[in-house]
Amino acid sequence: MNRFSEFMLPPQKSTLAEGTDALFHFINITSVILLIGITIAIVYFSWKYRRRSDNDVTPVITHNSKLEITWSVIPLILVMIVFGWGLNGHVNLNTAPDDAYEIRVVAKSWLWEFHYETGFVSVNELHVPANRPVKLVMSSDDVIHSFYIPDFRIKNDVLPNRYSSVWFEAMEPGESIIFCTEYCGMAHSNMMATTFVHTQEDFETWLITAGSADDNMDPVELGEQLVTRNACTTCHSADGTELQGPSYLGIFGSERVMESGETVTVDENYIRESILEPNAKIVEGYQPVMPSYAGSLNDRQIDAIIEYIKTLE
Amino acid sequence: MATNEATTSIKKLQVKRFKPDENPEKHYLNEETGIWAWMTTVDHKKIGLMYLASITFFFFIGGMLALLIRTELLTPAQSFIDADVYNQVFTLHGAIMIFFFLIPSVPAVLGNFVLPLQLGAKDVAFPRLNLASYYIYVIGALFTIFAIFTGGVDTGWTFYTPYSATTTGNVMAMTFGVFVLGFSSILTGLNFIVTIHKMRSPGLTWNKLPLNLWGLYATSLIQILATPVLAITLLLLTMERALGIGIFDPNLGGDPVLYQHFFWFYSHPAVYIMIVPGFGIISEVISTFSRKVIFGYWAIALSSLAIAFIGFLVWGHHMFTAGQSSLANMVFSFLTFLVGIPTGIKIFNWLATMYKGSIDLKTPMLYAMVFLFLFTIGGFTGIMLGALSVDVHLHDTYYVVAHFHYVMMGGMVMAFLAGLHYWWPKMFGKMYSEFWGRISCGIIFVGFNMTFLPQFVMGAQGMPRRYFNYIDQFQPFHQFSTVGAYVMGIGFFIMAGYLFHSLRKGKRSGSNPWGSRALEWQTSSPVPLHNFEHTPVIINGPYDYHKPMSEFQLGIATSHNGHDHHGGDHTDVSKTEKEQA
Repeated sequence: MNRFSEFMLPPQKSTLAEGTDALFHFINITSVILLIGITIAIVYFSWKYRRRSDNDVTPVITHNSKLEITWSVIPLILVMIVFGWGLNGHVNLNTAPDDAYEIRVVAKSWLWEFHYETGFVSVNELHVPANRPVKLVMSSDDVIHSFYIPDFRIKNDVLPNRYSSVWFEAMEPGESIIFCTEYCGMAHSNMMATTFVHTQEDFETWLITAGSADDNMDPVELGEQLVTRNACTTCHSADGTELQGPSYLGIFGSERVMESGETVTVDENYIRESILEPNAKIVEGYQPVMPSYAGSLNDRQIDAIIEYIKTLE
Repeated sequence: MATNEATTSIKKLQVKRFKPDENPEKHYLNEETGIWAWMTTVDHKKIGLMYLASITFFFFIGGMLALLIRTELLTPAQSFIDADVYNQVFTLHGAIMIFFFLIPSVPAVLGNFVLPLQLGAKDVAFPRLNLASYYIYVIGALFTIFAIFTGGVDTGWTFYTPYSATTTGNVMAMTFGVFVLGFSSILTGLNFIVTIHKMRSPGLTWNKLPLNLWGLYATSLIQILATPVLAITLLLLTMERALGIGIFDPNLGGDPVLYQHFFWFYSHPAVYIMIVPGFGIISEVISTFSRKVIFGYWAIALSSLAIAFIGFLVWGHHMFTAGQSSLANMVFSFLTFLVGIPTGIKIFNWLATMYKGSIDLKTPMLYAMVFLFLFTIGGFTGIMLGALSVDVHLHDTYYVVAHFHYVMMGGMVMAFLAGLHYWWPKMFGKMYSEFWGRISCGIIFVGFNMTFLPQFVMGAQGMPRRYFNYIDQFQPFHQFSTVGAYVMGIGFFIMAGYLFHSLRKGKRSGSNPWGSRALEWQTSSPVPLHNFEHTPVIINGPYDYHKPMSEFQLGIATSHNGHDHHGGDHTDVSKTEKEQA
């Protein structure tokens, strides 16, 4: 039974997981035992006391105080154990150690931005060191999102008008998936990200090199990388597939009709504006849902994206 | 006081036995016919049937939407509907099933039909109000249908802000529909409370009240106290969208978490609006089909009231990860566990009722057993979700989806089906095929577990809810679940088939096919237009199976003008005395 209970949960990859899982197994196993008891009673009574004739006489048993107190008090004790246990775990989940490494998280429909102490911003990729408490300070740019890493057993809503936080300590290098678990519209289910857990040295190396890796790249190649890295591809395809936003394929140089009725030729300035001020002009048939990349993409990166889009004819 | 009055009138008025007519020529279904007679009827039985037709329609729509969802989820990414349509479909599935099916199902259909019969009354206290609440329900439904055809709604049934304030769908029409619907619910609750207080037959004291009525009474209290909060919430939401007044939208200076508090302050008690009347039905069915006195009458009756009361104080357990304070989380978690206790007590009482009974596993009883099993799973998984640290992991995953389907469908829908099969002969005077009834119950049971058991596993593994797309790892669970949903669908189609056949060609059932002692079975089936041809007099409890049937068929003869109420009316009583003399 314990093995099945373990099968139900994802691997334990944070120091918090073990405590949560122990309570999960306790409730699961206790429930299954009680459920089997109740089921046996149902089946046994149905068979043992099945109707034999229409004139069956049944005893008059109206109540039994001892029995009723027993089956009230035992469950009460059990749920109070669960309550205390759960509360204890909850306190741990909500008390980040003072020396925790802080990363800012900004949720936008439909991507996750991670801001590091160096000023570097990664999109949909969270890089953290192993064996060190990490605290995420989170806020949303638009609607409510929720930050969830199943492997770490942590989750918290990400709100537009205040900061919320989660903390964890990953146990070993590896990758874990991040989900958005508060429904946030059309591409809610694509708002996924990955946690990359590095050793402390690898993490430091990554932090130093991450921002400068782009410098020597060919603009088209860089642009192609950037649209993936910044989650543009969640809503814009490169092959003509219709997603939440217009496809990049053949868009450069074409004329598009806007919601306002005006016709716009897609050129460098239009693409630049669409990246920095996405809701200034909306192509007919689409919704004003794209978040702004002002501040997270520099001029060289925007140029690279434009160069990349030019190649998709 | 009521008892004294009753005993004195029993002495004075010569109570005699009224055996129900086994094959009544005239009854409520054929005395006034024609579409106009139905549409303007103030008869609680006909209104109940009109509700039955309406909620069946919505259950069908909601069920079809569920099959659409499950079919789309056979594969990750897009199979045949796009993300936008998918989001609208799951929103509608939830909103329709909850607001248009679950909430009105037991109170408005079975409650309306059975409540006056169980009291020995001729109708509810305010028959016209009862009809009005039906039409209010219809108007609410029309607004919702209007919303579907004018842009749809893709917010989830919870309408969380700020998303619901920014999306392009027709959220306003939808929320207005739900707002209107709330009044129907309030009026029904009000009507039931007054009826139970004022229109009980002579001798029907509170300690002889059928447990079904205790269930409906507790439900009605929640309906009239909680539903106005939903109305206020939806009104505030509408004001924000229409007038730009900042209440929930942070861009206007509002707080979206405030919305969640408002919403769950209604919607958690609403869970009990849905399930508590189900408890009532299960008590009736288990006692009847065990031919045995209910075990722990007061424990069951008072636990319903306790659930109704504590149920108002646990709404915060929907928000453990929403950013409310740790203190609030602690208090709400504690209270959530407390509400589990009276629920557990009921399960044990029902089992104890079966002990040494004379159990007949007819279709209604089979559904009651299915209820016991599935609802227990729903309850245990609720304990899991009430535990703070575990809920952080499970919140907003398929585990929650599976949990509330076990409670709502495994609990409430199974209780409703038990009640429907139990009172079907009373409604139409006809039997359905017992064979097909059991077969379809079995198919639904298997299909239900196939659908929702895998969802516990994938939810615990981390599959979030309301996902159009999912990672490959979850596909086997989704596919198994989808197959289960089809199996369940087949079960429901079989049910539709045999119930329809029963209406057309069913065998006559006689007045009391189950040998029940409850009052509603002591009149003919189908029921006479004014329920009883006499004023029933109650001397025994509704579950006193050790007493002969003749003691349950007592009453005082009344005149047949129909519209006067039992007892009280002195001129009427004296007339009866003279007639008898």
